[in-house]
Parts: sequence; structure tokens; C-alpha cells
Amino acid sequence: MNQASGPEIERLIQLLAKLPGLGPRSARRAALHLLKKREQLMEPLAEAMGEAAAKIRACAECGNLDVTDPCAICASQRRDPKVICVVETVGDLWALERASAFKGRYHVLGGVLSALDGIGPDQLNVAKLIERAGREETSEIILALNATVDGQTTAHFIADKLEGASVDITSLARGVPVGGELDYLDDGTLAAAFKSRRPA
Amino acid sequence: MEWTESGRIISVRGHGETSAIVEILTRDHGRHAGLVRGGRSRSMRPVLQPGNRVQAHWRARLDEHLGNFQIEAEDLSAGALMEDPLALSGLNAACAVAVAGLPEREAHPAVADGFEVLVSSLDESGVWPAIYVQWEAGLLADLGYGLDLRKCAATGHTDDLVYVSPRTGRAVSSGAGEPYKDKLLALPGFMTGQGALRSGDVQAGLILTGYFLERRVLWPSDRVLPEARLRMIDRLAAAGMV
Repeated sequence: MNQASGPEIERLIQLLAKLPGLGPRSARRAALHLLKKREQLMEPLAEAMGEAAAKIRACAECGNLDVTDPCAICASQRRDPKVICVVETVGDLWALERASAFKGRYHVLGGVLSALDGIGPDQLNVAKLIERAGREETSEIILALNATVDGQTTAHFIADKLEGASVDITSLARGVPVGGELDYLDDGTLAAAFKSRRPA
Repeated sequence: MEWTESGRIISVRGHGETSAIVEILTRDHGRHAGLVRGGRSRSMRPVLQPGNRVQAHWRARLDEHLGNFQIEAEDLSAGALMEDPLALSGLNAACAVAVAGLPEREAHPAVADGFEVLVSSLDESGVWPAIYVQWEAGLLADLGYGLDLRKCAATGHTDDLVYVSPRTGRAVSSGAGEPYKDKLLALPGFMTGQGALRSGDVQAGLILTGYFLERRVLWPSDRVLPEARLRMIDRLAAAGMV
């Protein structure tokens, strides 16, 4: 333990060091910065964190994080309830919202099938998705999962599970990204782009 | 300590925020793990997918260290398989069995060669399930638990071998095995080279190799057959291929 500071500061540094992107050294810098800007930063931050911890919960409908249950997206009348976009994490949901490309509702799986990480079908939020797919209002399920072996294995698994439901099951296209140069693209992306080619 | 060799990636897991621990199946160094710095970067992610063949340069100060990999892409075939659920299930099963069944850093050239053939054939759906069965049989043999399919354990006959003893792993002919057929495992003809691939042969082969993989290789270290293998069998069954 650092002799120059008390146990409270040490605890703060240790907790900050557990945040993504921060190690012990940068946590120490962050702690010092917070202490220096006590009124402008530290107290509002502590208040915001307390409030977030108390109020934010997972939406029982889609798994999104919000202060209300159902979340603002599920409760919104302006979103299309017929289309559900399946994503791996809340981070992916936020990414799609940033793009403003989708106006339907979401379903957060909470991970992908992974033998190494011990994530099997039971660990994923699939049962609720099957229930939502069976509702009369639902007409399309978009599988917006990562273009990785685990992500696509999960997409195929979910497509199988939804086979009985009378909904269209679609997945995101794969191919040349915006700003992408063919010379630098990997073989898999190029092959996928050729397979998904369309009339110009 | 350092070496350079080509191999197929069989597992990738994140390490910290930027790196990844990657396992590669190589011919001379077996199943070998190493840290890839920057392995979770946008440029490395497409390369570090199970099934891709890469050239790996491994370096560590001491042999027992995890060590660092420098990876260069050779054949990024995983991307091409992602659209095909059946092929992807075969790839996942083979990678999971290799990770679960092979000891680390022990050279098994025949298993690595077989894995290469298997991954290369995954785009031919009528062919690869039988190759997968043969690969698992080869893995058992290389680990010292090989099935003895040359002649009948009871009569010594070399033809009409249709069963395997679950106790010894030796072939049994139709006549000698008839009274005990409920207790014996079915031996598909393609595994002995005594016939073409017929309906039900892949399923029989998967039951056979799965039985010995589980009891001889996995159970002693308190493990079971990977779920990915079970999912592959389900998918093959759904496609009417077993």
C-alpha cells in the first residue's frame, strides 16, 4: 500500500484500475484528477454513478439497459414493432442507434455461443426472443450479429430455433465497407462481397 | 526460444482489451498457444478466426512461457464458410475437439495434416462429414487409443467387419458379433475401406469415434465431448446427412 495516501484513496485507485482502459498508473492519475476537481467532477460523478446504480435496469422485453422497464425503445410508439433486430450486446444496440439506420425494436442476446468461454444456448436470452417471434405483430427478425465464427454460429443457431415461427429471418449484408480499398480487404470479406453482389 | 510455422487457428480468446490468446494447430509444434498483441484490433480480427491458416512466429524467453505470436495470414477460409451453417458447425466441432483432445505442445503431424484436409473440404457438404469421422479416428490413433480395424478380434478374418468392441476398440466380423450385436458398436464400411459411403454411415462413425474419444481421451481428465460436436450432429441430422 502507498504510505503517502490513506486507505480511502487506495480503494478509489484500486476500483478505478478495474475500469476498461485504466491500469494502476492511469487510475492513480484519474483519482488525483477527481480529487483536484472535487466539486466540478468528483461529486457529480459520484452522484451520477449512485443514481445509475439505483435506477438503471435491464429491460425485461429486450434486455436493453434503461431506467424504465420496458425501456424507451420498447415503449416508443414511433418504433416499428413488426421488426426485431437481434444484437449481441447493449454496445451493439448503441452502435446501431448511433447510425440511425434502424427504426424497429431490438433484442439483446447477452453474448454469443462460445465453447471456450463456456457460453451455451442456456446462457443466451433466446427463450424470450422465440416468444417475441411468436407474437402476431412480429413479421421480421434481423440477425445483426458479428461477422465472426462465433457470431455466425449463433446466428445459424437462432435461425434454426426460429424455424417454426412465421417470420422472415434476415441477416446483415457483408462486403466492402465504406472507405474500404479492395487491396486491403481480407479474403473472407471479398468472397462475401462477391456472393452478395447486386445489379448496379 | 522461437520458431516459425504454418498452422490453422483453433481457438481465440480475448486477453485484456487489445490482445488475444490464440491457439494454433501446427504440424511440428502441435497445439500451441501464444499471445497476439493487438489481436483484437480491426485489422487482426478477420485474421484471428478459427479455421484460418496463418504463418505464426512464436517467441518467448523461456520455453515454458506462453510467448508471443506474430501472425501473418495465409488462407482466410473461415470467412467463406460463415454463410454455410453445416460447414461452420463442422469447423466448430473440429476446433473444439482439437482443443479438448490434443495435449499442448505435442507434435501430432497426422492430426494436423488431417485437420488441414478437413478444413479444406468443408465447402463440399457431401464429402466432409466422412472426412471428419476419419479425422477423429486418426486423432484417437495418434493419441494411442486407435481402433484396430484390420481384422476380427474373434476369428481373425479380415472381411465382413461390421462391429467394434466397446471394450477393446477392435473390429468384430458379422458372424462372430451376431450374438452380441446389441452390445457392440456399428462399424461403417468406409472406415475400413470395405465399401462406399452409405446412408447412416456418418452417424455410426460419429457414435463410434465419440464413444472412444469420450471414454479414452476426455473422461480421464474429467471432460465431456464439446457441445459444438453435439450441435454438428444435430445439424447433420436435420440436413438428413447422417
